[in-house]
Amino acid sequence: MGIHAAPALEVRNVSLSFKGVKAISDLSFRVEGKEICALIGPNGAGKSSLLNIINGVYVPDSGEIVFEGEHFQRMRPGDAARRGIGRGFQNNALFSGMSVIDNVIAGLSRHSKVALVEEMFRLPRARREESDFRERAHAVLHLFDLEKHANTPVGMLPYGVQKKVEMARAIVAEPRLLLLDEPLAGMNAGEKQEIAAVIQRLNAELKLTVVLIEHDVGIVLKLAHHVVVLDYGRKLADGPPEAIRDNKDVIAAYIGSDHAEVAV
Amino acid sequence: MSMFLETLIGGLLSGTMYSLVAIGFVLIYKASGVFNYAQGSLLLFAALTFVTLTENGVPAYAAIAITVALLIATAIAIEKLLLRPLTNRSPMTLFMATLGLSYVVEGVAQGIMGSQVRALNLGIEDLPIFVGDILISQFDLVAAGVALALVVVLSLLFNRTRIGIQLRGVADDTRAALSLGIDINRIWQIVWAVAGLVGLVAGLLWGARQGVQFSLSLVVLKALPVLIIGGFTSIPGAIVGGLIVGAGESLAETYIGPFLGGGITPWLVDAAGFALLFVGRGGPAGGGSRGGV
Repeated sequence: MGIHAAPALEVRNVSLSFKGVKAISDLSFRVEGKEICALIGPNGAGKSSLLNIINGVYVPDSGEIVFEGEHFQRMRPGDAARRGIGRGFQNNALFSGMSVIDNVIAGLSRHSKVALVEEMFRLPRARREESDFRERAHAVLHLFDLEKHANTPVGMLPYGVQKKVEMARAIVAEPRLLLLDEPLAGMNAGEKQEIAAVIQRLNAELKLTVVLIEHDVGIVLKLAHHVVVLDYGRKLADGPPEAIRDNKDVIAAYIGSDHAEVAV
Repeated sequence: MSMFLETLIGGLLSGTMYSLVAIGFVLIYKASGVFNYAQGSLLLFAALTFVTLTENGVPAYAAIAITVALLIATAIAIEKLLLRPLTNRSPMTLFMATLGLSYVVEGVAQGIMGSQVRALNLGIEDLPIFVGDILISQFDLVAAGVALALVVVLSLLFNRTRIGIQLRGVADDTRAALSLGIDINRIWQIVWAVAGLVGLVAGLLWGARQGVQFSLSLVVLKALPVLIIGGFTSIPGAIVGGLIVGAGESLAETYIGPFLGGGITPWLVDAAGFALLFVGRGGPAGGGSRGGV
């Protein structure tokens, strides 16, 4: 083999079980830098668990995660964030009492360099940071076309818009890897197209590596550069979308599941 | 008329003492959605430490400094030993943990420093003074001033800094806060330390009035009606609630008490708070358990 750039993310022989039930068994795959990698598979295939391992919520029983060349037996959520892993959740995990802009600014928390006392008395450094954070947050809101909602409490917005706020919050700190758990779930066709376009733009313009879970196989095959199919915690297939579409095992796994009708 | 004013003002001033106690609860509730049963024990612990130190000849300012340092250390210990292992558990689990904590703190504090009643002299004259033709307790006046100063400092801390945003974030969704790299351990340490300091101020003022002893930890019961009126998440709500409770108590004792045979203060406000629970959730200032800030 020739010389390859190290992959952005590598999952190596990862296993995870809950009280004896295997959720993920000996799973390995790599995600190259700047690609959109989709995880698909029936419910209970271990997809969300895998994202939780990558950003440190779960600790795998064995195996390791390699992120940008560094090896982790376990990642801690705070560490994952500091190292540039952003995360969106299956059901929005927004701070619902807070305004859109405050939610996004919360995404910058860990970049704060000023001391509490400086903030309390609005010293120059604190003021500069405050306006810098506000500017960055507004830039991201602009990217998601959310500026008109900036001061609206998140809880009052429709689901589709909340989903965009969550993504805005996840990327405001400029992560290099973005994990998205069903970013298109619960949306109508128009909203799905819009979010898919946003993900494509983030990937193309910000050079963001994306790992996402999605059930709508039609969109996945158009959006992703790379698809990993999971079933019962095992890897069933791994390759470019065209190869996945024609894979017999994949078709078999989807038949008889809830998603049979959308699978290709 | 001057009798009415005197009663009202006296009630409002003593109401700030209730607010002080309630604010300690609000802080923890805002950060973790948990009613901190141990707030009363922390208050007792703070007052007891201060008294013990001054009794042994430590000057007041040094005693304050040492007590503050101890409270901060306690907050860090609580976070490391109690809260961290319980991250992402249900609020009920956390509540039970604070219940246990209250016994530990009370037991340790009284075991080391004794359980007899101690007098606490803050050097404030408790003689009433005339303002115009109204008699006002000097002590109440000082207590109200202290409460006001504390509220100003707290609002600086929580409204001017991103600690406020992070705090609400942690309370709203711990998992999401973690994924953003918010240092929830640090946030908890700060909040518990601040709640401890609020407890210290409240403990000193209440202790000077009642004596420092176990029953001091029960002044937190005074906070319940305040919280029901003001809401669990609102510092301004706690202040307004405290004022309403203080004024209501004092006016009722003067004007309704005689018809009920007097001595209605201890239960009247709790009964009113209880009634409010039936009328509607949350109060005018709080607007529901997760309402205003």
